[in-house]
Amino acid sequence: MSAALNGNVAADSPAAASGPPRKLQISVLRYNPQEPGTAPHMQTYELEEAPGMTLFIALSEIREAHDPSLHFDFVCRAGICGSCAMVINGRPGLACRTLTKGLDQTITLAPLPVFELIADLSVNTGKWMRAMSERLETWVHMKEEEVDFSRLEERMEPELAQQIYELDRCIECGCCVAGCGTARMREDFVGAVGLNKIARFRLDPRDARSDADYYELVGDDAGVFGCMSLLACHDVCPKNLQLATQIAFVRRKMLVTGLK
Amino acid sequence: MKVIYTDVLVIGGGLAGLRMGIGAKRRGHEVIILSLVPPKRSHSAAAQGGMQASLANVIKAKGDNEDVHFEDTVRGSDWGADQRVVRMFVNTAPKAIRELAAWGVPWSRVTKGDREVVINSKKVTITERDEAHGLLAQRDFGGTKKWRACYVSDGTGHAMLYAISDQAIANSIAVHERTEAIALIHDAGRCYGAIVRDLTTGELSAYVAKATAIASGGAGRLYRVTTNAVICEGIGTAIALETGVAALGNMEAVQFHPTGIFPAGILMTEGCRGDGGLLLDGEGHRFMPDYEPEKRELASRDVVSRRMEEHLKKGKGAKSRFGDHLWLDITLLGKRHIESNLREVKEICQYFLGIDPVVDLIPVRPAQHYTMGGVRTDPTGESPTLRGLFAAGEAACWDMHGFNRLGGNSVAETVVAGMLVGEFIGDFCDKPENDLNISTGLVHEFLRREQAKLDRLLDGGGSEDATALRVAMQEIMTERFGIFRNGADLEYGVDALQKLLVRSRNIGLKYKARGANPELVTAYRVQKMLKLALCVACGALARTESRGAHFREDYPRRDDARWLSRTLAVWSNEDSTRPALDYEPLDVMVMELPPGWRGYGAKDYIDHPETARRAAEVEAIRKNVNGAGRFAAQKALMPYEQMLPERFRGANERLDEPLDEVHHVQR
Repeated sequence: MSAALNGNVAADSPAAASGPPRKLQISVLRYNPQEPGTAPHMQTYELEEAPGMTLFIALSEIREAHDPSLHFDFVCRAGICGSCAMVINGRPGLACRTLTKGLDQTITLAPLPVFELIADLSVNTGKWMRAMSERLETWVHMKEEEVDFSRLEERMEPELAQQIYELDRCIECGCCVAGCGTARMREDFVGAVGLNKIARFRLDPRDARSDADYYELVGDDAGVFGCMSLLACHDVCPKNLQLATQIAFVRRKMLVTGLK
Repeated sequence: MKVIYTDVLVIGGGLAGLRMGIGAKRRGHEVIILSLVPPKRSHSAAAQGGMQASLANVIKAKGDNEDVHFEDTVRGSDWGADQRVVRMFVNTAPKAIRELAAWGVPWSRVTKGDREVVINSKKVTITERDEAHGLLAQRDFGGTKKWRACYVSDGTGHAMLYAISDQAIANSIAVHERTEAIALIHDAGRCYGAIVRDLTTGELSAYVAKATAIASGGAGRLYRVTTNAVICEGIGTAIALETGVAALGNMEAVQFHPTGIFPAGILMTEGCRGDGGLLLDGEGHRFMPDYEPEKRELASRDVVSRRMEEHLKKGKGAKSRFGDHLWLDITLLGKRHIESNLREVKEICQYFLGIDPVVDLIPVRPAQHYTMGGVRTDPTGESPTLRGLFAAGEAACWDMHGFNRLGGNSVAETVVAGMLVGEFIGDFCDKPENDLNISTGLVHEFLRREQAKLDRLLDGGGSEDATALRVAMQEIMTERFGIFRNGADLEYGVDALQKLLVRSRNIGLKYKARGANPELVTAYRVQKMLKLALCVACGALARTESRGAHFREDYPRRDDARWLSRTLAVWSNEDSTRPALDYEPLDVMVMELPPGWRGYGAKDYIDHPETARRAAEVEAIRKNVNGAGRFAAQKALMPYEQMLPERFRGANERLDEPLDEVHHVQR
């Protein structure tokens, strides 16, 4: 408690001292497939940096003050919903929680690759994720059809619940897919997001499926054997999920199942 | 023009909409869900701290049950809630959470044995029972007598939303993403679906449905400073208002959460204080016990937010270049606790403030958080004036929160209302008299009308800037319709909003694309949002008392004699600049819990003339059934079970309340 009261406040907090504001140059890869006769091009906007400015604030300001035609997606603006993933200076990340302060004066923004482009920085991750969910059946396959919800809930070891939550924290932002070498080459690759879900449901004792069932879903090159272990998914995951570890684990289990 | 037919059209893909859709689909009806965004990105995901359900597993929850949850909720509402609806809710919440547990939500679980917790700034060792091991855990939240908020670390809403969204996929429910309902189709008091705009292509379609259900969440973005996501603009509520037939209830009841990070307004969960976090002023002094000796940091949100602003007005805040604020201190909880149970909090602090809450204080100030008001419905979720229109969750006013919602009761409401209203929609669609009988002429008339409005924005030569109007509205709402309200401010605000509304009829666009066009979206939304803002504003001006989150400096007392009523706002004339207000009285003589002191906050209120009589009656009834058990007493005071769908009736099992094997009654 006393740390902050004594003035030991980190640089980005409102109490910190301000310097002269920088002029940011934000270059955006622009293309709207719906507008005939246009081609992809870079457009640069200049704006004054403000204290605590995030890319959400910067892009909103550009749209409101300079260019009402600029497309991007933000929802929670708190780093929890996964809407605003884009390529920030060459690296997939969540724009809403990226402070401009940590970036150079010149910032380059591009839409996530792999996903269908809607316009400018907006891509259709929702469609991709729904298709992945349908294909991998990313829901608990209950052992009994009817559970009596008036009764005490089924017990679970506290540590196990925590481990499942750890994998359940994925926000389907698409960064792992955008950073994935296999996904760039194989349209049908389920990505780290899909394989992480298999790991999550495998761990869940409420799910009736066996490894043989999971093998049917991911036991091929579009699934776990398509991964080339380039590890970018692991590096760019905004939730720090241990994706490489999970994929390696699922691969081992699927290999054992496949060899049976 | 495209016309799409379905049995049930759900507007909104958050927890309430998805759960309603699943319920209706399981009853054999075709369901289409419309969502502005992929459903897993809905604002439900932002609920962090917990879901209230009286499971009574942890030792600090021992003795909790529906009765205690009921009383906490009614007191929290400052007696504005419909007590029958609260009863329906508290009895269904344990069933809803157990359903979610079966669907895979990784609820945090009880570990048997000793553990150290922080209560009232002191470290205390408590011992969890062996028989509770592995059951769902509960944490403390504001305004509750028992620890009742079940949680998944501090990602509760996220985990719930993913489980339910995946269940919707498992049930093959179509979700039309990036679509927006911009008008309801209705005729002669019956709703027939909606006119829907595809946000990617700009195309308008008519979705014709037997039952239409609004679950579009709250309207936090009426305000400049809010915890709400940018999509929480209340458009679903607004299109109900624009029918001129459906009413909105209690729109002046707006909740401000005590701990939005300053100045961005991003939420710091109530779990911070529930787990033992403190509020400090600029001098490092813990000030809440000075104001609220009973519940301290854990009084209800309306009370804590008011006390914080009161303290700031005395000049006791910490200074910063953005203005004054207070501190949230969770350092006393320790690294291990923060990194396992408050990890989103830690991440948000790290990314947005560059601080580590394990050692640093978090700058906070109250921010708009929740819309208690919404589409007025019966306890079945159906509008009493527009048949076939349903609503659930934050968009609805059925009305379980009255003038203040308790923390953790919102995500609980979404899934409970989703379960119940989903069944009532099933009943509605089952009835032959509710089969669709609508002329295509009517559908096309609505389509034409909406297209004409958009054309006018695009080509009408208007001169007003949509963004500027929205910014002006948000400024007025934050400055005049915030935590402290007074007649002069409110009058000024109502007048200013009316002027903005008039100006919004003359918006012109710089960007004229007919497809995806963010400026066009801002333009038609701000026209609707201004109407909602005026419902808040006129309701607040008219209500000359203080109740829950609605606080009038010029009328600081709750006045049950004059204001024990629900505000109804109807926009009956499209050319009007304000809603018509009406009031629905709350009947003291049927209340299970007659009005009184909440147990925190002001002790000074004006009684309803019938309160004493009802209180005596309640006491007599309790005496009469003395010994027959709590269920018999409840039934004698205010029977409600017949209002629930049959499959969701019945008692809930607890460690201390086992169920009879056959009859599902308490032994």
